[in-house]
Amino acid sequence: MADTVADVHQHESAGHDDHHHEQNFFVKYLWSTDHKIIAMQYMFTGMFMGLIGGYMAYVFRMQLAFPGISVPGFGQVSPGEYNALITNHGSIMIFWLAMPVLIAAFGNFLIPLMIGADDMVFPRINRLSFQIFFVSVLVLLASLFVQGGGFGGAWTSYPPLSAESTYNLTDLGSSLWLLAVALEFVAFLLGGINFITTLMNSRAPGMKAYDIPIVCWMIVIASILFMLSVGPLIAGAVMLLFDQVLNTGFYDPTRGGDPILWQHLFWFFGHPEVYVVLLPAIGITVDVIATFARKKIFGYKLVLYTAVATGVLSFFVWAHHQFVAGIDPRMANVFTITTLLISVPIAELLFVMIATLYGGSIRLTTPMLWALAFIAEFLIGGVTGIFLGASGADIYFHDTYFVLAHFHYTFFPIAIIGTFCGFTYWFPKMFGRMMNETLGKIHFWGTIIPFNFIFIPLFVLGMGGQHRRIYNFQHFPELAGPEMYQLREIATISLLIMLAFQAVFFYNMIHSWLKGEKAGKNPWKSNTLEWTTESPPPHGNWPPDQMPVVYRGPYEYAHPDREEDYWPQDEPA
Amino acid sequence: MDRFLLQASTYASSIDGLILLIGVLVGFWFLLAEGLFFWLIWRFRARPGEKSQYLTGKEKHVKRWITIPHALVLLCDVFIIIGSVRVWYDVKQQLPEPDSTIRVIGQQWVWSFQHPGPDNVLDTDDDIYTANDLHVEIDKTYHYKLESRDVLHDFSVPVFRLKQDAIPGRSITGWFRPTVAGDFDIQCAEICGIGHGIMAARIHIEDANTHAQWISAASAATTP
Repeated sequence: MADTVADVHQHESAGHDDHHHEQNFFVKYLWSTDHKIIAMQYMFTGMFMGLIGGYMAYVFRMQLAFPGISVPGFGQVSPGEYNALITNHGSIMIFWLAMPVLIAAFGNFLIPLMIGADDMVFPRINRLSFQIFFVSVLVLLASLFVQGGGFGGAWTSYPPLSAESTYNLTDLGSSLWLLAVALEFVAFLLGGINFITTLMNSRAPGMKAYDIPIVCWMIVIASILFMLSVGPLIAGAVMLLFDQVLNTGFYDPTRGGDPILWQHLFWFFGHPEVYVVLLPAIGITVDVIATFARKKIFGYKLVLYTAVATGVLSFFVWAHHQFVAGIDPRMANVFTITTLLISVPIAELLFVMIATLYGGSIRLTTPMLWALAFIAEFLIGGVTGIFLGASGADIYFHDTYFVLAHFHYTFFPIAIIGTFCGFTYWFPKMFGRMMNETLGKIHFWGTIIPFNFIFIPLFVLGMGGQHRRIYNFQHFPELAGPEMYQLREIATISLLIMLAFQAVFFYNMIHSWLKGEKAGKNPWKSNTLEWTTESPPPHGNWPPDQMPVVYRGPYEYAHPDREEDYWPQDEPA
Repeated sequence: MDRFLLQASTYASSIDGLILLIGVLVGFWFLLAEGLFFWLIWRFRARPGEKSQYLTGKEKHVKRWITIPHALVLLCDVFIIIGSVRVWYDVKQQLPEPDSTIRVIGQQWVWSFQHPGPDNVLDTDDDIYTANDLHVEIDKTYHYKLESRDVLHDFSVPVFRLKQDAIPGRSITGWFRPTVAGDFDIQCAEICGIGHGIMAARIHIEDANTHAQWISAASAATTP
């Protein structure tokens, strides 16, 4: 700790002269303490994991639409493999794609640049955070190849199924999965400490609390939510690990334990976790919309306060995942009320984003298309959540494909649309070149249209009573009809199309990175501080004698006193 | 909802009615928001030489556009909460007097059913035990006692709109009253291991005569 503090002081006093000696490849890219390099490490590890998660979705969707076929690139899917695939698809997409990209990658890249700091407050803790995260990736991937295969008890990992190998038949797989999740939590706790401290202490002179770009606030609020909610789950995970390897009985009713205890601990974390990934995605969207609508945010403080209100409320809704799980039935009424109340701040956030468009001058660039798609699609996820939050309706919808389609309409906008939105918007800053707009738009439509064709059929299947985590519906006569299979096939074929279009993105990314048009400092004519430095920014972000000073808020677009329709934060009045 | 799936219990229609109520209320907001959203994108598309407006969102007449919908959303929430609590109370909290009681036991990966037999009393010598086949009589109120031998399961009968988790170490009592004769699916709706997908059973809803015949045939078969 003392060492790190000294390191920071050294940064300030020596003004980075000590970093100008030649670094070898290993130190520069793999052992770096530079927040931008760490951000890219998180970004590309997250995207790589996203590809693995997508591959898993491809395999099990093929099995669902065409049961029993030999899936190209995988082979025949056994029930055990199917369970391992769905479990790890869910875990990867939330813990190894949404979290590292939205919080760690964008948080690391944006916070220092947007608040005018030369780096994070604790650069070495930052490096440690990524290294632990990387180990968690290796442990998770290893868990798929051990004897018995990967863990197949669903990402919620309910005991007793997850606690005893005689039930789940994946002795080593379950423990490694749990270990990987625990390591991932450690990584994000370390990262979160850094984000919070940096935002509080390292802002450029003149930057007051309400001059901070929304996306930085959102990432920091999300980090605080994560820190406050993860404790109970870590305690629960330790007990689960003890049940698995030491044969204790925390969750075993025959030995005085209670399986429902895990559900409370898990969802006490699990529901705020939804908002942990949602808030950064909303932050990215708000910033992109302000830039391309050339508009001041409609109610900066409103966005901030509703985000905090959502965060606070999210700690009191967890049992809506457990309405029919055997909790006291009276409790369902309380949690229905809190759950439906959370629709108010979320609706307000969406209203604010929509209202920001009013009076704008909207340019439909690729990042803007992603931002608008976020609003349009997340609305569907939001309104379908009301059906599930109302206990009476949830009796029927619980654990059906309606739930599945609902949360994909929230998590897809968050993790996929939010990532593409932020990535295409800040790509010029990250790599100094512009992305190809035509390819960007092809990729956009090739992703958004199939996405809806995947999940709207799944809503219908869910209303028809199709329940989750079944590898073959042939044993259920009501679910084995030809029209049911047609819907499943539409979903699967749409998924194949959507996955194929991702090739356009990766081609565009690599091609633009190497040969794209030079971006210059501020290609989008945006106000925030990251656009005042070189693209890509040098080590230390700004030359030591030119650190930015802030004179105004981040969203002063189309100010009546000015000729230009933007007003950078660092420009003296 | 009955377009998708038959309503075969007394409370199926009230659950479907609640789903419809929510559908209408959120459908209105959804269409309004999406409509406004796309109109704004069209109306305020970038045109050369036109600058965007400078609005802070602090002016009172502008703020209305957020505060009024805010209050209306809250009002809709109140309606949904009242509807939801009423349905929930009816289905899960307030159990009517039963005509008969059955026991449902989940285990990896089969549903076992214990019927009360000719004397209509559970846990007596003439109880009828079956695997994956539940026989009930139409228009009779049943209590079920739901148990599990190993992991979590979930007793789910889609045509009843009924779901309830089975938990090892507990016996959970609930109720249903079938209203349509026929054979329907019973699912396990909580992942319970590699056989989760084969944990399917059938519920046979029979009229009084057929049910009485089944009871006598089944007890004759089990009596030594």
